Amino acid sequence: MLATENLREADRLMTICNACRYCEGLCAVFPAMEMRRTFAAGDLNYLANLCHQCGACYPDCQYSPPHEFNVNIPAAMAKLRNDSYAAYAWPRAFTGAFARNGLTVTLLAAVSLAGFIVGFVAWADPAALFSRNAGDFYIVMPHNAMVAVFGAAALYAVAALWFSLRSFWRDINAGAPPAGFAAFGRAVADTAHLTFLHGGGGGCTGENEAPSPARRIYHHFTFYGFLLCFAATSVATFYHYAFGWRAPYALWSLPVVLGIVGGIGLLIGPAGLFVLSRQRDPALVDGGRADMTTAFIAMLFLVSLTGFALMGLRDTAAMGGLLAIHLGLVLGLFLSLPYGKFVHGLFRFLALVKYAAERRQGKFVE
Amino acid sequence: MPFNQTFDVVVLGGGNAALCAAIVAASRDARVVVLEGAPRFYRGGNTRHTRNLRCSHDGRASTMSGPYAHQEFLDDLYRVTDGQTDKALAELTVARSRELIGFMGEQGVLFQPPLGGTLSLGKTNAFFLGGGRGMLNTLYRRAESLGVTCLYDAPVLALDIQNGFFVSATIRYEGREQKVRGKALVAAAGGFEANIEWLKKYWGAAADNFLIRGTPYNRGDVLRMLLDAGVAPVGDPTQCHAVAIDARAPKFDGGIATRLDSVVFGIMVNRDAQRFYDEGEDTWPKRYAIWGRLVAQQPGQIGYSIIDAKSIRMFMPSIFPAISAPTVGELAGKLSLDPTALEATVAEFNAAVKPGTFDHTVLDDCRTEGLTIEKTHWARKLDTPPYYAYPLRPGITFTYLGVRVNEESRMLLAGGKPSGNMFAAGEIMAGNVLGKGYLAGIGMTIGAVFGRLAGEGAAKHARN
Repeated sequence: MLATENLREADRLMTICNACRYCEGLCAVFPAMEMRRTFAAGDLNYLANLCHQCGACYPDCQYSPPHEFNVNIPAAMAKLRNDSYAAYAWPRAFTGAFARNGLTVTLLAAVSLAGFIVGFVAWADPAALFSRNAGDFYIVMPHNAMVAVFGAAALYAVAALWFSLRSFWRDINAGAPPAGFAAFGRAVADTAHLTFLHGGGGGCTGENEAPSPARRIYHHFTFYGFLLCFAATSVATFYHYAFGWRAPYALWSLPVVLGIVGGIGLLIGPAGLFVLSRQRDPALVDGGRADMTTAFIAMLFLVSLTGFALMGLRDTAAMGGLLAIHLGLVLGLFLSLPYGKFVHGLFRFLALVKYAAERRQGKFVE
Repeated sequence: MPFNQTFDVVVLGGGNAALCAAIVAASRDARVVVLEGAPRFYRGGNTRHTRNLRCSHDGRASTMSGPYAHQEFLDDLYRVTDGQTDKALAELTVARSRELIGFMGEQGVLFQPPLGGTLSLGKTNAFFLGGGRGMLNTLYRRAESLGVTCLYDAPVLALDIQNGFFVSATIRYEGREQKVRGKALVAAAGGFEANIEWLKKYWGAAADNFLIRGTPYNRGDVLRMLLDAGVAPVGDPTQCHAVAIDARAPKFDGGIATRLDSVVFGIMVNRDAQRFYDEGEDTWPKRYAIWGRLVAQQPGQIGYSIIDAKSIRMFMPSIFPAISAPTVGELAGKLSLDPTALEATVAEFNAAVKPGTFDHTVLDDCRTEGLTIEKTHWARKLDTPPYYAYPLRPGITFTYLGVRVNEESRMLLAGGKPSGNMFAAGEIMAGNVLGKGYLAGIGMTIGAVFGRLAGEGAAKHARN
């Protein structure tokens, strides 16, 4: 007997879908389902995270509500997926962070922001805080202090994510042979391309049940924007330690260009995703936890927006205050990474690795 | 909704054939209204449960293995119908089927390559991405973008037909009776498979135990009105396509998910725990099509497929779990069958099984010897517990009775004279081509081929 109502519902639906199979061309979930005849909790958590929430199967389904079979894969998988983030959260005590995710992220952001403002007032040289510093952040906050704060936050996030993903991976792979490098590579390609956000060809289900590529495109803006910003920080760190080149960097330097392009992505992508989420058929989502998505894309948007404000005004007296706001939001984002929507990418990536491995092995799991 | 205008083309029905007709007529600048009797969710009749269409092709379609030659398709059609087909219309269907992937593609319909599923139809059938409902949604979007008016919950109450000439349809819409006038009519409103009272005319009380695989809206009202108005009938009114489906399926609209393919792996018994037909006679698709009728002829219209642990994973997983028990007797108890009778039937069967090499993919040499009803292939002893059973009832897919049409898809009146402005397409006239039997995907082929012809003819008539 499966432990939760959401697991039992997913099991009920997969049993119906496995007897129908009309949707097998839409995405990876249905071919993965076809490799099974029964569904254990690990299988269902795997399938739920393999689902990209494109929604294509819902209008195509002859059994969707009001049919008495009441088949709604996008919503059932979304609920189970959100449950799975909480179930595998590390430490266990923070499981509840997903149930009230808007609150969690808001509090983390507020505390981080307050921390920076108080910290700046307490420790920074008041003269430096409110004067023009020619864009030199380190006059306000020493480089080592920044590294210490963000290094610690990043290490914590990485550790929490690692433990969480490890239990997820073990659970969905009970007894399965290990995945090889080829499967890993396939999953990287499927992630980069968002292969399964194509709805099998048309795209995500948008308004009027019509397929549209809009969500995939805005997701690409967000994803690559995030990666470019991450690259900007990495390059800057490298400059600092390898060459002793200190910030601020010129407008046409690599870290700044990467940051600008990535930052634009993080404005356009989350804004587009937010607008689309308002237009989406509420039947297709986990309505009770929609704030998880909103909180994450709002944080990405705000981090980018404050980053641009900081860059634009770094030569003015507003720099100190903006730095506190930007860094406070960045810290809030870092701390909320293991406890918010960010984890969807990593859980889904592992599900894609498993899918690629399964397809390569061609074994039917019984 | 402007009920005071006269449309160029009035389309009755809302499935594949209706939409193909509406799209073709509208793209020839006709003002078209589609009157679908069902609510929006159930629009499209049996189309919502289909998955593919059969078409002849040269093998270049990226989503099909092929080629499937004209003559091969035609031979298949002649074979399953035993010659109960209008040869000219059969030729026409097969010839025009070649255009369908292109036509559907132009409307935005997406196809998928044949995948893992168990149906080996990759050569003969083009699969709709996401199945028939996905295809139907695309056709509706296309029709609406061409300006076609689509009304749901708009059942036809009466047709005003004068000397074989359509004048108007009276419908019930939003609680009121409305008259919809048109210069031409396309009737594409399906058969009467969901009309239990009508089925009872031929099947008696047994029809009460039939399950209907499609929506409850396939009532054949339009078909009845056309026949009453003097349109020539075609097809055997007593016949319907029936497959054996899980008896626990809903009364209506269970669709594809209720199919069961366990029969060949064990024995089939009736409610007296007696076998009644050779379970090993033939492979899919033939065995798929005969068991509905066989079960319909059994007392109570119910059968039980009994298998053992050796076979439980050899067929498509089923929507309802198998009923299982550690012994045949206990299984009988769970099925409310006489345990002694079922044990005797199984024992007699087991004793008659001859040794052979089991291979369910071919007509193998595993058979019984010495039974009144032999099992001629795939006979293996039922000896490995747990034992499993699935209850089966007839699942009615479609009926064969229809209206006669000519090569323009124009209805023919009882005397053989073509109607001035009435066309028919889809299941309501499929009996012209498919007088008997079944070929996977042929319904969609007939619907699209004659839907296009009807739309063309109706638009042309309206313009002149």
